[in-house]
Amino acid sequence: MADPQPSLRQRLALRGIDGVTLLALPAVLFVLAVFIYPFAYGLLLSFEPKEGGALANYQRFFSDPFLYRTIATTLWLAVPVTIISLALAVPIALRVRLMTRQRLLTTILVLPITLGTVLVAEGLLNYLGPQGWFSRTLMLFGVIEHPLKLTNNYWGVFASLIITGFPFTFLLTLSYVTGIDPALEHAAATHGAGAWQRFRHVFLPLLAPGLAISACLSFVQAFAVFPSAILLGAPAGPTRVISIAAYQAAFEQYDYSMASAIAMIMAAVQMVIVVAILAFRNLFYRGSTAGGKG
Amino acid sequence: MLLASSQFDELRLDRMSRSFGTVNALKDISLTIRKGEFIALLGPSGCGKSTALNCLAGLLATTGGSIYLDDRRLDQLKPEDRGFGMVFQNYALFPHMTVKANVGFGLKMRGMAKAEAARRVDEALALVRLETQGNKLPGQLSGGQQQRVAIARAIVIEPPLVLMDEPLSNLDAKLRLEMRAEIRRIHNQLGATTIYVTHDQDEALSLADRIVVLRDGTIRQVGSPRDLYENPDHLDVAEFMGYRNRLAGTLVERDGARGTVDVGGVRLSGTVRGNIATGGSAIVVARSDDITVTDDKANALAATVETIEYRGREYVGTARKADGAEVVFHASKPVSVGSPVSLSVDAGRTLIFPA
Repeated sequence: MADPQPSLRQRLALRGIDGVTLLALPAVLFVLAVFIYPFAYGLLLSFEPKEGGALANYQRFFSDPFLYRTIATTLWLAVPVTIISLALAVPIALRVRLMTRQRLLTTILVLPITLGTVLVAEGLLNYLGPQGWFSRTLMLFGVIEHPLKLTNNYWGVFASLIITGFPFTFLLTLSYVTGIDPALEHAAATHGAGAWQRFRHVFLPLLAPGLAISACLSFVQAFAVFPSAILLGAPAGPTRVISIAAYQAAFEQYDYSMASAIAMIMAAVQMVIVVAILAFRNLFYRGSTAGGKG
Repeated sequence: MLLASSQFDELRLDRMSRSFGTVNALKDISLTIRKGEFIALLGPSGCGKSTALNCLAGLLATTGGSIYLDDRRLDQLKPEDRGFGMVFQNYALFPHMTVKANVGFGLKMRGMAKAEAARRVDEALALVRLETQGNKLPGQLSGGQQQRVAIARAIVIEPPLVLMDEPLSNLDAKLRLEMRAEIRRIHNQLGATTIYVTHDQDEALSLADRIVVLRDGTIRQVGSPRDLYENPDHLDVAEFMGYRNRLAGTLVERDGARGTVDVGGVRLSGTVRGNIATGGSAIVVARSDDITVTDDKANALAATVETIEYRGREYVGTARKADGAEVVFHASKPVSVGSPVSLSVDAGRTLIFPA
C-alpha cells in the first residue's frame, strides 16, 4: 500500500505557509491601501488630462522647458549630494569603527534627522545668510571682503541636503563597515598591504554592495527635495526642482492630472537611477564579509 | 621545490612588553629564535600568548622592549613592513577573492610580476595540496581546505617568520590531527621558521622544536617538548604538561634530588624540584597514567571511585580520597563506581614541588 498523502496543512507547511504566515496579512493590506492603490490611482489619473489625449500631460511636460528642465535641476542637486555624502561617510566610518565611544557620535549625528528639514533650513538661513556667522567670521579674518551668497540659491539647498541626508548615509555605511571582519584587515596588513591597498583591495570590494544601497537611499531622499528647495533655494529658478513643479500643478493650477503625470515622471527618473546602481552592485561579490569560520 | 624561506640568523625578543592601561598583558619577554625552529607559545587563555603573537606581527604596538631580526629593529615597523606571514584562527581569507587571488595577495602587494606570482601561487597551492581548488571562492571550501589556503597565503611570500594563531582550533578532531602533520611537513619542506600559538599541549608537544610556556604574561619555562614533559620547572607548567594529580603533604625525607612526601599517612617518593626543607609542605604531582590500581594496600592511596571511562586499551577513572582530594588514574580492568580502590603511584615519574 502506498504511503498516505500528507495532509494539506503539511504540504503548505513544506512551502513555508503556516499559521504564522497570516501575521503578514495586516502589512499586505496596509501596503495595498496606502501604497499600491494611490500609486495606481495616480498613474491612471495622469492619463486623464484636462484636455487632449491620454498622453497629453506627458507631451506637455517634455515640450515645455520650464517643466522638463526640473529633471536636470533636481539631478544636479541629488547626484552630487549623494556622491559627496558617500565620499564623506566612508572614511569617517572607517575611522569611527575603531572608536570605543561610538554612541555619543551616533547621537550627535541622529539629531539633524530628528530636528527635521524645516528647522535645519531656518537655522541655515541665519547661519549662512549675508548677515550670518559664517560670512561674518570669514570677513573678520579677512578671508573674504563681501558676504558670500550661500542662501536663496543652489548652495543653500545643497548644504541643507547634505546636513539632513548625511546621517542616514553615514549610519548605514557604518553598519556595513563594522560588518567586515577586522581579521581581514589584519591579514591584509601582515601580508604587505598598506593602508590604501587595504582599502582598495579589501574594504572597497566588500563595501561596494552596501554602498550601492546607501547611494540609492540617499539619492531617492535627495531627489524628493521640497521644503529646503523653497526655503533655502531659489524656487523660481536654479532650485526649481521637480517636486515644486508637481506642487504648482496640483495646488496653484489645480491640475491634479498634470501633477500626477509629473509625479510619475519623477518616479521613473528615480527608478532608472536606482536600477542602474543596483545593476552596478551585481558586478561585486555579495556574500558573507567574514573571513572564515568562527 | 623553488619556494623557500628567506635567510636570516635569528629573531630576538628583548624584554618585549605590552600593557593595557595598568594591566601587563606581556612582561619582559626575552627569547631568541634561530632560523628553522618551530616554536610553540603554549599557555592557558589569557596568558598573553596571542598578545605576544600580535606584537610580533605588528598588529599590536609593544609598550616596552624591542624586537630584532638579526640587526634590523622591527618593533617600530608597521605590520605591512615586517614581511611576516600569518595564519589566523578564523582563517581570515578574503571572501571576495578566489583561492588563487587570496594566496597571491602578498605577492601582488609586493608588486611582483604576474607570471612569477602565478608560478609561486601554483607552487604554494601544490604544497598545501589544493592544486585543483584555485578558482573557487573561500566560501566554497571546507574548514580544513580554508586553513590550507591561509597557510599557502602566508608561506608564498617566503617570509622569514610564519606566525600561526591557534590555526587548528576551529577544526574537528580528525582534521586537526591531519593538519597538524601537514603544518609540520610544510615547515620542514620549506625550512621555515614558525611561531605557533596554542593552548593545546598535545599540539605543542608534537609540533614544536621548543616550547615556550607563558603564564600571566611572563615566560615560565622554555625547553624542548621532552624537557618540558619530563622536567617541568614549575607547578603550573607541570599541570599544563598533563600532571593532573596534585597531592599535598609534608616532605619527610630528602636525599639529593630524591624526596619522600607523607600524604595523609602514605609515603610517596619522587624527584624534588625547587627548594624544600625536610618538614616543609610539598605538593606531589603525577600523571594519571602513572597512578594505577593495585591489590597491594600497603603504601597505596585509598579512594572511592567516582567515574570510570573506557578509552580503548584501558580505563581512565577519577576517585576521591577521604580528605576530599581527587585522583585521576588508569586501570587495565574496569572498576565499579562507588567501590573502594587502592592506587599506587610510580615513584620514578613523580615530581615534588614546594607548596
